[in-house]
Amino acid sequence: MAAPDRMTETAGRKFCIGLPRGAGLVWVLIGLCILATFLSPSFLNPVNVTNVLRQVALFGIVSVGMTFVILTKGIDLSVGSILGVCSVTTALLLVAGWTMPAVVAAVLVIGVLMGAVNGLGITLGGIPPFIMTLGMMVMGRGLALTLANGQPVSIGGRADEFMWLGRGAALGLPVPVWIFAIVAGVAIYVLRYTTYGRQIYAVGSNAEAAHLSGINVGLVTFSVYMISGFLASLTALIFVSRLTVGEPTAGTGIELEAIAITVIGGTSLFGGEGGILGTIIGAGILAILANIMNLLGISPFTQQIVKGAIIIGAALYEMLGKRRSRH
Amino acid sequence: MSSISIDETTRDPAFPGVFLRMDSIEKSFPGVKALQGVSFSVARGEVHGLVGENGAGKSTLMKVLAGAYHANGGQMELNGEIITAPTPAAMIERGVAVIYQEFAQADHLSVAENIFMNRLPRNQFGQINWAVAARDAETAMSRLGFNIDPRRTVGSLSVAQRQMVEIARASSRNAQLIVLDEPSAVLGDNELEKLFATIRSLQAEGVAFIYISHRLKEIFELCQRATVLRDGRMVSSRPIEEWTPDTLIQSMVGRPIADYFPKRNAQPGEEVLGVSGFSRGKALRNVSLTLRRGEIVGICGLAGAGRSELLRAIVGRDPVDAGEISLHGRKQDIASPRKAIQLGLGFAPEDRKTEGLFLSQSVKFNVTISKLGRFGSPAKLNLGKERGAVRDYVRQLRVKTPEVDTKIGTLSGGNQQKCVIAKQLNAQCDILLIDEPTRGVDVGARREIYELLVDLVEREGLAVLMVSSELPEIIGMCDRILVMREGEISAELPRGSSEEEIMKHATFH
Repeated sequence: MAAPDRMTETAGRKFCIGLPRGAGLVWVLIGLCILATFLSPSFLNPVNVTNVLRQVALFGIVSVGMTFVILTKGIDLSVGSILGVCSVTTALLLVAGWTMPAVVAAVLVIGVLMGAVNGLGITLGGIPPFIMTLGMMVMGRGLALTLANGQPVSIGGRADEFMWLGRGAALGLPVPVWIFAIVAGVAIYVLRYTTYGRQIYAVGSNAEAAHLSGINVGLVTFSVYMISGFLASLTALIFVSRLTVGEPTAGTGIELEAIAITVIGGTSLFGGEGGILGTIIGAGILAILANIMNLLGISPFTQQIVKGAIIIGAALYEMLGKRRSRH
Repeated sequence: MSSISIDETTRDPAFPGVFLRMDSIEKSFPGVKALQGVSFSVARGEVHGLVGENGAGKSTLMKVLAGAYHANGGQMELNGEIITAPTPAAMIERGVAVIYQEFAQADHLSVAENIFMNRLPRNQFGQINWAVAARDAETAMSRLGFNIDPRRTVGSLSVAQRQMVEIARASSRNAQLIVLDEPSAVLGDNELEKLFATIRSLQAEGVAFIYISHRLKEIFELCQRATVLRDGRMVSSRPIEEWTPDTLIQSMVGRPIADYFPKRNAQPGEEVLGVSGFSRGKALRNVSLTLRRGEIVGICGLAGAGRSELLRAIVGRDPVDAGEISLHGRKQDIASPRKAIQLGLGFAPEDRKTEGLFLSQSVKFNVTISKLGRFGSPAKLNLGKERGAVRDYVRQLRVKTPEVDTKIGTLSGGNQQKCVIAKQLNAQCDILLIDEPTRGVDVGARREIYELLVDLVEREGLAVLMVSSELPEIIGMCDRILVMREGEISAELPRGSSEEEIMKHATFH
C-alpha cells in the first residue's frame, strides 16, 4: 500500500473511532435540522434552540453514563430511580439548611453509592445487570417516595441561590449545556486516551479475553455503574434547580430514553463497540425529532409511536451492518 | 452385534452406488478461501476417511454437507437427487447426520429427550408420552449395544456416553450417512473399540460414514477409502489399499515432512520457569516441569489429559490446590493473569475466538491491550506511539492486514495468531505459554507461525511451552516433549521421539 493512501485512510478511520457508523449519523442529524427549519419557521428561534439544547443536555448526561455501562455489555435500568432519590434528597437537605457545596457533594455521593450497590451485586453477587438494576430501579423509586412522603418537596426560600445550575446561562448558553459539554468531553477523553477507557471496551468485547489480558474485569464493571450513578445524581441536581422542587417521581422512564439514545448513537448492546460522539448525536436526533413534532402539534401519543419505530430502526441498522460484515 | 470385514463390504453387491456426491464445492469467508472446487463422493455402506491438517477445510466441508454453511459454488447430490436448498433440516430429512466434536446436545435434558428432540412421541391428546419416549430411547440404544438409562440427563454422562447418545440419535432418525468429526479424540482405547464395533454394525446395514481423524492408524483400520484435503482443495481420493501412512501424510502436508518444520538450533540457557507439585482435584496431579531460556517444550496428551488446565493454572487463570512456581529462580505467587503478565509470563489460549481475541476490536487494540503502560501514562496514552509500535510488530511478524485499525475478526486464523503472539511481545513477556498454536490456521500460515516462534526463541531467547494435539507439530518443533495422561506427566521424551512412543505414554495399556 502506498504511503499517501494509508494516510488518508487513517485519517478517515480516526474520525470514526467513537462513531462506528461513520459520518452517517451526523448526516441524519443535519438532515433533521434542515427538515425542521423547513417545517417550522420557529425552529431556529433562539428560545427554541436553547430549549432543544437543554433537552439534549439533560438526557445526554445520563446517556453518557449509560454508554459506559452498555460498552461493558451491561445495562443500567436504575438511573431514573437514582435521579428520583437524589432529587428528593437535594430538596430535603436544602430545606434542612445545608450549605450549597455540602448538598451538592452529599447528593453526588449518594448517586455514586447507589451505583456502587449495583456494581457490587453484579460483580460480587454475579447477578445479571438487567436484574440487579431492575431491582434497584424498583427499590430506588420506593425509597424516593418514602423519603418525600409521596409529595414533591419544595425548596422554598433556597430556590434563588440554587436556581443558577438549572436555569442560569453562561456565554449565551444554559448552564446544563455547559455541564453536559464538560461531561461529554471528559468521557470522550477517558474512552480514547486512557488505559481505563481501553479496559472498558475490552471488558465489553470479551470479558474472558480481558481477564487473560490482565484486566481486573470486576473492578472495571463495578466502576461503570458508579459513573452511571454519579451522572444520574448530577442530573438530579439540575432537575431540582430547574423545577425548585424535589420530585420523587423525577426521572421516571429516563433509563429507557438513555438506552434509546445510546443505541441510536450506534453503541452496541453486545458491548465493546460505540462511543460518546454517537451518544451526543443520538441525544440530538431524539431531541430535535421531539421538537419538530411538538412544533407541528403532533400528539404525544403519536410521538411515542415514531420514537419507538426509530429505536427499532437503529437496532435493525446495526444488525444488518453486522450481518453484512460477517459474510 | 454383527461385524463385517473390510473386504466383504467393498465387494458386497448389496450396497452399490454412490449416496453422496459433492461437486466443485466452493466456500469463502472474508480473507480466506476455505474450499476451492472440492469434489468428493461417498458410497452406501462405506466408511470414508477424511484427512487433512487443521484448516485444510474438513470441518467447513462437513458444515456445507450439514446445511449449516451455504456453499458459494458447486453442487451436492444425495441419493442421485440434486439438493437445491440445503438447510440443516433438509439435510437431516435426507438422512445426513453430522456429529461434531463439540456435541450439539441439551445438557439439562434427558437422554430420551436428546435422542428424540423435536419428535418426541405423543399420545392422542398431543401430550408427550414419556413412557414411550423412554422405551423407544432404550430400544434405539440397545440396538447399538449401548446401555445408558434414557432418563439420565445428558450433562451427567461421560464424553464417550454422550457420543453414543449422538450416534443413537442419528441412527434413530434413519441416517444414511453419519459424519464423525474426530470421534476418537475424546475416547480411551476400550471406548474406541466399542465405537468401531458400532460403526461396523451400522455399516452392515448400509449406513455410510465419513470418518474424520488425525490418527492415521484408525483410518487404515476402519476405512475403505481415504480422501485428503489440503488448503481447501481435494488432493487425492483413493481406496485405502492404495495409501500408505507416508503417502497419506505427504499428501496432507504437501511436502516431505522433514522440510515442514524450521531447522532448530537449540541452545537452552538458564531455567526461567519452574513448576513443582501442581495439583488440582483430578485435573492436575503433582505436575512438575522446567523451562529454559531459548527452549521450546511441548506438552501433548489426549483431550482431557490436563494440558490446557496446566497452562491455565500456571498463568493464574484457574486456582490450584497445591504447587509452587518459580520464575528466573525466584518463587512467585501468581494469583491472576494480571500478575502473570507483570512477571513476563504470556499466555495464548486454545480458543482464540472466545478467549484470546477481542474480535470486534482492531488489530492495534488487541496487540497493545496487554500492556498499555508502554505508551505513556494510564491517564494520557500516546496514540501515535502506540500506532507506530503496532506497525513495527505487523512488519516484524509479517501480519497480513490492510491497516493496524482493521478489525481483527476479519483476518485469517494465521494472522490472528500472529497478533496474539505480538500481544505477548508487547507485554514484554519472555516466557510464552501457547495452547494449540496452529489451531484453525491455514497450512501455509502454519509454517510461518513455526518460523516465527523458532525465530523468537533463537534470536530473542524466548522460552516457549506449547500444548498441541498434533504430534507432528510437537515432534517437529520441540526440544523436549512432556506427555500428559489423566492430569499427570507420564513421560518426558527427548527431541525426535516417534509418534508411537508418545502415544504409548499418552494412552493406557
